[in-house]
Amino acid sequence: MQNLLSSIDMIFVTAKAWVLSLLALFLPKWLIILASITISGVVILCLGPVIMMYLTLLERKLIGRIQNRYGPNRVGKWGLLQPIADGIKMFTKEDIVPANADKIVHLLAPIAIVVPALMIFLVVPFGKSMTAVNLNIGLLYFIAVSSITILPIFMGSWASRNKYSLLGGMRTAAQMISYEIPMTLAVVPAIMMSQSLSTNAIVLSQAGGCGLNWFIFTPWGIVGFIIFFLCATAECNRPPFDLPEAESELVAGFHTEYSGMKFALFYMAEYMNAFTLCGIAATLFLGGWQGPFLPSWVWFFGKTFVLICVMIWFRGTFPRFRVDHLMGFAWKFLLPLTLVNILLTALWQFTSNLVAWIGSILVLGISLWTLVKLNRTFVPEKRHYPLES
Amino acid sequence: MSILETAAQFGTYAVMAGVLIFALGVVTLRNLFHCALCLAAALIGTAVLYVVLRAEYLAAIQILLYVGAVVTLVIFAIMLTEHIAQKTVRQNNSQSPLAIVGLLGFVALLAGVILKTPWPVTQAALKAKVSVMGLGEALMGAYVFPFEVISIILIAALIGTVVIAKKDDAQ
Amino acid sequence: MIGIPLSHILIFSLILFAIGVYGALVRRNIIGILISIELMLNAANINLIAFSKYTSLSPETGQIFALFVMAIAATAAAVGLAIVLALYRVRKTVQADEVNLLKW
Repeated sequence: MQNLLSSIDMIFVTAKAWVLSLLALFLPKWLIILASITISGVVILCLGPVIMMYLTLLERKLIGRIQNRYGPNRVGKWGLLQPIADGIKMFTKEDIVPANADKIVHLLAPIAIVVPALMIFLVVPFGKSMTAVNLNIGLLYFIAVSSITILPIFMGSWASRNKYSLLGGMRTAAQMISYEIPMTLAVVPAIMMSQSLSTNAIVLSQAGGCGLNWFIFTPWGIVGFIIFFLCATAECNRPPFDLPEAESELVAGFHTEYSGMKFALFYMAEYMNAFTLCGIAATLFLGGWQGPFLPSWVWFFGKTFVLICVMIWFRGTFPRFRVDHLMGFAWKFLLPLTLVNILLTALWQFTSNLVAWIGSILVLGISLWTLVKLNRTFVPEKRHYPLES
Repeated sequence: MSILETAAQFGTYAVMAGVLIFALGVVTLRNLFHCALCLAAALIGTAVLYVVLRAEYLAAIQILLYVGAVVTLVIFAIMLTEHIAQKTVRQNNSQSPLAIVGLLGFVALLAGVILKTPWPVTQAALKAKVSVMGLGEALMGAYVFPFEVISIILIAALIGTVVIAKKDDAQ
Repeated sequence: MIGIPLSHILIFSLILFAIGVYGALVRRNIIGILISIELMLNAANINLIAFSKYTSLSPETGQIFALFVMAIAATAAAVGLAIVLALYRVRKTVQADEVNLLKW
C-alpha cells in the first residue's frame, strides 16, 4: 500500500527518468543533459496553455452558476471542448493593426507578455521533486520575473495609439507597482521561517504534523496569506481589482486594439499568471505539495484550484474598486500591515508557543484597529469633482 | 561536456554583443519610448551576464529593481511629458562628432591599459562561491554602516521626490 | 570554469560605459540623459561583479557594492524624473538646451 502510494506520487519523475535512461543507450552524455532540459521545457510549454484553456472553461462555468445560469454546455460533454472551439475561433479571426500603431512594438507586446508568464512555471514545485529548476533563489526569481509583466503591458498600451489603451496601461502600471510592494513584503515571513529562498525548501520546511504543518495555521501565516492572495488578485488584474481593463470605463484597457491571436496571448498570460500566483500562494502558505494520504501533485493542484475558485468567486460577487480606494488600500492598509506581520514573525521565532499566540493576536488586533481608524480619518467624507477644464 | 561549455561561452559572447547593440539603440534611436525598451533589453542581458558570473542573487535584483522599477519609472515620465504620436523633434545636439572622437580615444586608451595589465586572477578566487546567506551576513556584519547610510539616502530620496513632484496646492 | 578572460568582460563594460557617456553628452532630452546615466552605472556594476568573481577571495564584497550602486541608481532615477516632471509642468519642455534661463 505504502509502496503503491509512493510510486503514484513519483509517477512523473519516474517516467522522465525512464525516458532519459532509454535515450542514454544511444546518445552521448551532453545530449542527455539537453534532452532533460527539453523534456521539462516541453512539458511546461504544453501545461501552460492547457491549464489556461481549462481555466477559462472553469471560470465561465462557475460564473454561470453564480449568476444562476449554466455556462457553456453545447460543445462536447459538459462543454469540455469549448476551449478548443474558442481557440479555433481565435486563430481564424482577422488580425487588425491600427493604422497609426507602432507596428513592431504592437507585435512584440503580446509575445513579451507570455514569456514571463511561462518562465514563472520553472520554479513552481508541482509535487515531490517536480520542480523544473530547483533554483536556490527561486522565490526571488518569481518576484523578479513577475515584475517584468508591467513592461509588455506598457508596450501594448503605448503602441496602440488609443487613449483608452493608454489610460488602461497607466492604470495597470500604477496598480501593479503599488501591489508588488505589499506582495513582496508578505512573502518575507515565509522566507524568515524557512530560512531559504528556494521554493522547494519552503515546502519542505512545512513538513510534519501529518503533512498539515502549514504556515497558514500560524497568526503571521494567515495574515501573510491573505495579503499575498489579495495582492495576487490585483497583480493579475482580476476583479475586484480590474480597473486596468474596466470594460465600462476603458473598453478593454491596454488590449483594446488587439484582436485574434494577439488578444488570445494577452488572455493566456493573464490566466497563466493567475495559476502561477495561486500555485506560489499554495507553496508559501498552504504547504505546497504537503498533505496526508494523497499523492503530492494531487495536493498541489487541489490547493491551487481551490484558490483559483476563490478568485472566480471574488469576480462573481464583488463590485469594482474606485482608483483612489485601490491605491489607498495598497499603500495605507496593506503595506503597514505587512510590516507589522514581519515583526510578528520575529516575535514568533523568539518566544514560546503560548506567549507567541497571545502576543501576536494582541499586536494584530491593535494594529488592525489603528489602521482602520487611521484610514477612516484620511478618507474625505465627500469628494467634489469641479467641472473646470 | 566540452561541447556544452563551448556553447555556453559562445552564448555569453552573443549576449554581450546583444547588450552592446541594445545600448547603441538606447543612445541613437529617435523615439524615446523605443530607447526605454532598448534599455530594458540591455539590462536583462546584463542580468544574464550576472548569472554567467555566478551572481544569481544580483541578477534577480537587477531585473526586479532596474527592469521592474527604474524602466517603469522612465516610461511613466516619457508618457507624462511626451505627447502621444508627436512628431519627433531633433534628439541630439551638435556635439555628436566631437563626442565620438573623444570617446574613441578614451576607449582605445583604456582598452590598451586593460590588455597590458596583468590581472591577479587566481583559481582560488574563481572557485569561491557566494551564497545568499553569505551576502546577508556581510550586509549585516562588515557593511552594516554603508547599508544604513543607503537606507537613509533612500528615505531622503523618497521624501524629496514626493515634495518635488507634488502639484502646488495653489494651482 | 567560465572560460571567458577577465579582460574581455572589462572591455565589454568599457564600451558599454562609453556608449552611456556618448548618450549623456549628445542627448537633448533630459530623460534620454537619465537613461544614459543608468547605462553607465550598469557598466560599473558589471566591472564590480567581474572583479569580485575573478580576483577576490571574498566575492561578497563586489556584489554588495553592486547592490549599493543599484540602490543609488534607483534613487537617482526617481529624483531625476521627479525634477523632469516638475520642470515640464513649469516650462512645457524636456529638452535640456531649452532650459537655459537659470531661473524657475
